[in-house]
Amino acid sequence: MVAEVTFFILSALALGSAVMVITRRNPVHSALWLIVTLFSVGGVFLILRAPFLFAVQIILYVGGIMVLIIFVIMLVSVDVSGRQQQFSRQWLVGLTTVLILAAELGYALYRGSKGFLLARSAPAAALENNTQAIGTALYQNYMLPVEIASILLLVAMVGAVLMAKRKME
Amino acid sequence: MTTVSIPDVMRILPELILAGFAILVMLFEPFVPAGRKRVLGWIALLGVLVAGMAFTWAPPNAGMAFSGSIAADGFSYFFIFLFLTIAALALLGSINYLERDNIHHAEYYALILFSTVGMCFMAASAELIMIFLGLEISSLSTYVLAGFRRHDPRSNESAMKYFLLGSFATAFFLYGIAFVYGLTGTTNLVDLAADLAQPGKWSTLTRAALILMFVGLAFKVSTVPFQIWTPDVYQGAPAPVTAFLSTGPKAAAFAVLVRIFLGLAGPSGPAAFWVIWISAALTMTVGNFAALLQKNVKRMLAYSAIAHAGYVLVGLAAAMASGSTEGASAVLFYLAAYAFMNVGAFLLIAHLAGPGEGRTEISDFTGLGRAAPGAAACLTVFMLSLSGIPSTAGFFAKFYVFRASVHAGLIGLTIIAVLNSVVSVYYYLNLVVTMYMREGEPQAARTPMPLPLYSAIAASLFAIFYLGLYPNHFLLLSTLSSKPLP
Amino acid sequence: MMPIPPTWCVYLGTGLFTIGVIGVLTRRNVIIILMSIELILNAVNINLVAFSRYFGEVDGQIFAIFVITDAAAEAAVGLGLLIALFRNKETVNADEIDLLKW
Repeated sequence: MVAEVTFFILSALALGSAVMVITRRNPVHSALWLIVTLFSVGGVFLILRAPFLFAVQIILYVGGIMVLIIFVIMLVSVDVSGRQQQFSRQWLVGLTTVLILAAELGYALYRGSKGFLLARSAPAAALENNTQAIGTALYQNYMLPVEIASILLLVAMVGAVLMAKRKME
Repeated sequence: MTTVSIPDVMRILPELILAGFAILVMLFEPFVPAGRKRVLGWIALLGVLVAGMAFTWAPPNAGMAFSGSIAADGFSYFFIFLFLTIAALALLGSINYLERDNIHHAEYYALILFSTVGMCFMAASAELIMIFLGLEISSLSTYVLAGFRRHDPRSNESAMKYFLLGSFATAFFLYGIAFVYGLTGTTNLVDLAADLAQPGKWSTLTRAALILMFVGLAFKVSTVPFQIWTPDVYQGAPAPVTAFLSTGPKAAAFAVLVRIFLGLAGPSGPAAFWVIWISAALTMTVGNFAALLQKNVKRMLAYSAIAHAGYVLVGLAAAMASGSTEGASAVLFYLAAYAFMNVGAFLLIAHLAGPGEGRTEISDFTGLGRAAPGAAACLTVFMLSLSGIPSTAGFFAKFYVFRASVHAGLIGLTIIAVLNSVVSVYYYLNLVVTMYMREGEPQAARTPMPLPLYSAIAASLFAIFYLGLYPNHFLLLSTLSSKPLP
Repeated sequence: MMPIPPTWCVYLGTGLFTIGVIGVLTRRNVIIILMSIELILNAVNINLVAFSRYFGEVDGQIFAIFVITDAAAEAAVGLGLLIALFRNKETVNADEIDLLKW
């Protein structure tokens, strides 16, 4: 019961703040609302017994990515863009398309949600020692993706430095 | 418990060598004097060659590696060779371009190599996590490469648009993967195919998930209606980068499409098939008719690239309809033939456009046939091959795709494709006519071709005529490679 | 304690996904578009973690970790590109980037 109520509160918070993210005029406000969304999603992770991901969400997403975004908003002056037109010219077309797509997806979910492998629904005990289990999996079964992800991060680092640098040489 | 075995590592040796050389190029840069940066380009090229040679050390038999994550089969070898060739040609064509436009940095070569690593992993993986990581490595590198002329607003814009729509597409792809995981409990393509082969596993939601994944990849191969970014990005990016990204990442995304859709889509039958059919017809038509209206060479070739993606989709539709290897081998043949002609054309245009790429309007090429006969002749061959004139690679590429689609019973789609390739002759020949028939002084650069570029163009021409005159060897190769493992 | 039904999480994910897609398609500010993409990635993660919970295995969570890694990499590259663009053009609006017409 407690879990259900918490889940509903967090969901409402996540969806509400997500709407705020895409409707704010000032990107800084959007960023602050996005932090609320990220925290709520982190809370959902906790309910779903993924404490490690909760920590990653807070440290990496809120602490890393969002700080980066806010930093860049400060760097490229906000006040210019705040006074300009906020929504693109084809916003109505975009909105209609998305709502149709969402309706279709919702219908597919409604029809097909029994397809999720609920038969394999496991007892919560299987997810005990979450951090340890993730560590073991990452460095055994998922060793190759972990190594390859390092290339991804290297590319991102080189690319970001190259683009943001003021002058070469 | 999985352990890393030596044979496993040998199976991803080409990728490891490429990544190693990419890092090496960046580490060498401080020790290279400013005027001699071209050494770095040669090191990168050496990396590509060594990676190609690494195949001889790989275990000869096809098989899986890293507990089913990597599928080392003829299919992935075919694509890895294709990517290495594209990377080598792009590197050769870039060396003098970077010098001319004063943007000679080691990171350029490193990013080309990293992007190739990503594409190789896309083609060689049987695990959605690895495909996703490969996709992102290749995408992030190409976003930066598209913006490599940092002081040119056109290049900045091109990179920004490519980045926004590319990340959006990746998000769709991921959302599809999340559903597939929920429906089957696995992200391994082999297990996935086995799971979805059970009766009663296909629901509306399964199809929705596959369509989300298709949309994500459709952005990357720029099929209609997900093509809006293509003309801007191809026009704004540095031309050698356009040569690379209009062939490499596109072929890699097609490799993933073939692996996923031919592996899984058996019982999904009609739904997934019609999605491909409709987007093939739309993509060819929109691409060709929009190309008719273009005044800029790079933009025209961008629309032509969209149209060519449509022809490849015809091959994919044929493969899905008939289940024989004919369609898939036609797709492989097409992607390789297209790579040679498109890389060649864009590299030549990069040279002719002159410093700062100021001369890319079609009218700038007026009278080039007399002013620079050699370059004009090469460009003519590329245009003829792109339009599918016999005795060039483009002819047999189209011929095999159309033959496969007739054999698969897709008469309507074949007729649309043939009509489209007739339309396309007009705009390709328009450029040729401008070069030879119109009077005037060409604005395009008339400096002689530098040696590295010359060798890249010569190699492309050789491949075009080889595939156009003796297609059988290569067709056999692509047929042998057209059955992915899972 | 009974777990909450997975479909609830999937509906929450669909909601976030829809809001994110609307943001990408209707807003003009590059940074807000980037944040909308982050919303979609969060929708993906909710799905993955929810399924992981019901399968009683960590594979979905591992995938989510890779998604977050990718989000960080994308954000770094995107913001780098934005700074390069801003230096030359002083705009952060996506459809004002119009040297090359749509």
